[in-house]
Amino acid sequence: MIATFTGFEADLLRSLASQMVELLRNERAEPAAPTADAFEAMMAEFSGATTIPEDPVLARLFPTAYTDDEESAADFRRFTESGLRDGKAAAAGSIIDTLEDAGLPPELMEDGLVIDVELTHADAEAWMRAFTDIRLALATRLGVEAGDEHYWHSLPDDDPRAQAHDIYEWVGYLQETVVEALTS
Amino acid sequence: MGNVSAASPVEVEPTLTPDEITFLAKPWVTLVWDDPVNLMSYVAYVFQKYFGYDKATSEKLMLEVHTEGRSVVSTGTREEMERDVQAMHEYGLWATMEKAS
Repeated sequence: MIATFTGFEADLLRSLASQMVELLRNERAEPAAPTADAFEAMMAEFSGATTIPEDPVLARLFPTAYTDDEESAADFRRFTESGLRDGKAAAAGSIIDTLEDAGLPPELMEDGLVIDVELTHADAEAWMRAFTDIRLALATRLGVEAGDEHYWHSLPDDDPRAQAHDIYEWVGYLQETVVEALTS
Repeated sequence: MGNVSAASPVEVEPTLTPDEITFLAKPWVTLVWDDPVNLMSYVAYVFQKYFGYDKATSEKLMLEVHTEGRSVVSTGTREEMERDVQAMHEYGLWATMEKAS
């Protein structure tokens, strides 16, 4: 499948994907509260997070699997969260790599640049998952709720939240397009 | 000291049918919950792709999530459900697991 982007769109997509990679990599999986027991802290560090991330975006990306069993929820998180983080960071990273391989320069200078991206089925799957994560992140930061489109569209154009919501909708449109291409 | 009887050899209950055995081993479910973000087409695509459900089943489950707030998307052993929940999180769907009621 071939996707065509303007330089501006490709640059925006790269920026969103980079922010996602940074969020996933920087906010290390850590126990929420510092513990007095050095050994316990060390074990927690080696074995992965057991409590829900404090950042609401990460909490949405890595939901609690067992709602009524704290111990099982902690075990599940310990065994899955770090792998999930790596997978999501790799998917977002694949957007950056593919765009740059297709000719997006490190810094966008010229006007009128058009980028054609050729995506394999596997690429498209990764992009689709990364689009989901980006949309979940934007929606969580903005506080998007069901049926609130009217509110967002009523904001003045120069409101940064309206602009972020436009980006959220645009990524949704891209995702819809990829899903259609994958199912047809 | 009382009598210590030798452990009797383990025997499979001969009246248990394969269906009942499967039933006993499958007391867990994976639930997917509604969220205001994920596109309906995407959610249906994930059910089709990951679980191998046909289009009609995937869309029915997706609509159930959308209208009822949640849907049981798979049933199986605890280990199987942990794999399914992890896969749903990979796709960005909000999934949890619990014992089947």
